[in-house]
Amino acid sequence: MVLHSRDNVAIALTDIEAGTLVRVKVGDQNIELIVKQQIPFAHKFAIGNIEEGQPVYRYGEIIGRAVKPIRVGQHVHTHNLESVRGKAGQQQ
Amino acid sequence: MNFQGYRRPEGSVGIRNYTLILPTVICACETASRIAARVKGTVTLTHQHGCAQIGQDMEQTFRTLAGIGCNPNVAATLIIGLGCETIGAEKILKAIEREGKPTEMLNIQDEHGTRRTIGKGVAIANRMAKSAIKMKREQCDASELVVGLECGGSDVTSGITANPALGVASDMIIKEGGTTILSETTELIGAEHMIAKRASTPRVGNRIYEIVKRMEQKIKAMGVDFIGGQPTPGNIKGGLTTIEEKSLGCIFKAGAAQIKQVLEYGEKPSEKGLVIMDTPGHDVESITGMIAGGAQLIAFTTGQGTPVGSAVAPVIKITGNPRTYLNMRENIDVNAGTIIYGKETIEQVGKRIFNEIIKVASGKRTKAESLGYHEFAINRIGPTL
Repeated sequence: MVLHSRDNVAIALTDIEAGTLVRVKVGDQNIELIVKQQIPFAHKFAIGNIEEGQPVYRYGEIIGRAVKPIRVGQHVHTHNLESVRGKAGQQQ
Repeated sequence: MNFQGYRRPEGSVGIRNYTLILPTVICACETASRIAARVKGTVTLTHQHGCAQIGQDMEQTFRTLAGIGCNPNVAATLIIGLGCETIGAEKILKAIEREGKPTEMLNIQDEHGTRRTIGKGVAIANRMAKSAIKMKREQCDASELVVGLECGGSDVTSGITANPALGVASDMIIKEGGTTILSETTELIGAEHMIAKRASTPRVGNRIYEIVKRMEQKIKAMGVDFIGGQPTPGNIKGGLTTIEEKSLGCIFKAGAAQIKQVLEYGEKPSEKGLVIMDTPGHDVESITGMIAGGAQLIAFTTGQGTPVGSAVAPVIKITGNPRTYLNMRENIDVNAGTIIYGKETIEQVGKRIFNEIIKVASGKRTKAESLGYHEFAINRIGPTL
């Protein structure tokens, strides 16, 4: 499930095994990709390559930034995505 | 749309008809509980506050305790004080009495201890409860409803199923002329620009940015990342990674209506329609604030499931996670897990939530009520002296 045409992550509607070919709808486009890692139900995976420091979009809005390069089909979670707002000692 | 409610002397409408035994301070909680245990139709609240508090923190605890007594679901209140606490029984009595409801008080020190306080308390509570039972439900308009919106134990399904469906129900209540309260300021962080766009006036918009900034500064003053606190470990297990992601999913439960007012914790709305209350993301502190502000009912979405309830207001549990519905059916009232499988639309589930709200307002018991869940927690903003 992709929620907005700007999004670069999708939500798994079921547990997805590594190596599964999935089809996601982004706006009017259908994208086919191979999921690289096991994705638990309701977790996110990248639908495109995301470079380190780049924003991650869900609902068409920024939910944080990549702390390392994320490749298409990889699991996106606390190991490679961090909050911009929830960090200590940061100024807005 | 109509429902069957209890009309109170000051004009508000209750959906439950309780006699409240209200302890002013932690030192009076055990005594209040023993009175409540002996009288049918009473409820009580256990808390650890009411003394050694100052300034705005003391005011907030006072506003919350008095607000719970003023909640339209309460027919009458017996206040149990100790006698030497910061927030005295008399001050709370005066605030509740203004609503025109039967209110009485006992101080444990004035009554010479436990036995006489309980004896007198049971007699007063019995009289109050007997009188409350005589009140009958009558037809009331849905515009009288004040519904608190809450989400807890969120996972990724919350933002795409249960919260948008509750948003549909919230818009329906507002269309009927009623009021809904969006709370949990922590969960506006990263989504405040989307919410502020919907403010009815520039002042309300500025207040939204103000309360978010205030919350963020408080968190940052701790000098640590707030991951682990928000999102919680359970949120993270459920697939939510950052506070921004949680917030963006969280605000969907407030539908698409204009925001009319920003309230302090426990403050009563003076406007109808959608309002925001400045509460923390802590579920029980948040629902306590909204009930003190006059919410008769809480609509609570939960991705991972929670049993939480309230002694004073029914809490309707809604989950968008079909697995949670199967696992915790005894705690969940509305299954919104049909959306994810495409069996129902968000609008269809929203209408079901609205209908459930009307039924519960008319007396249908929620799962949390049937199981006797009575959580209560006052949000603190200052040190204990």
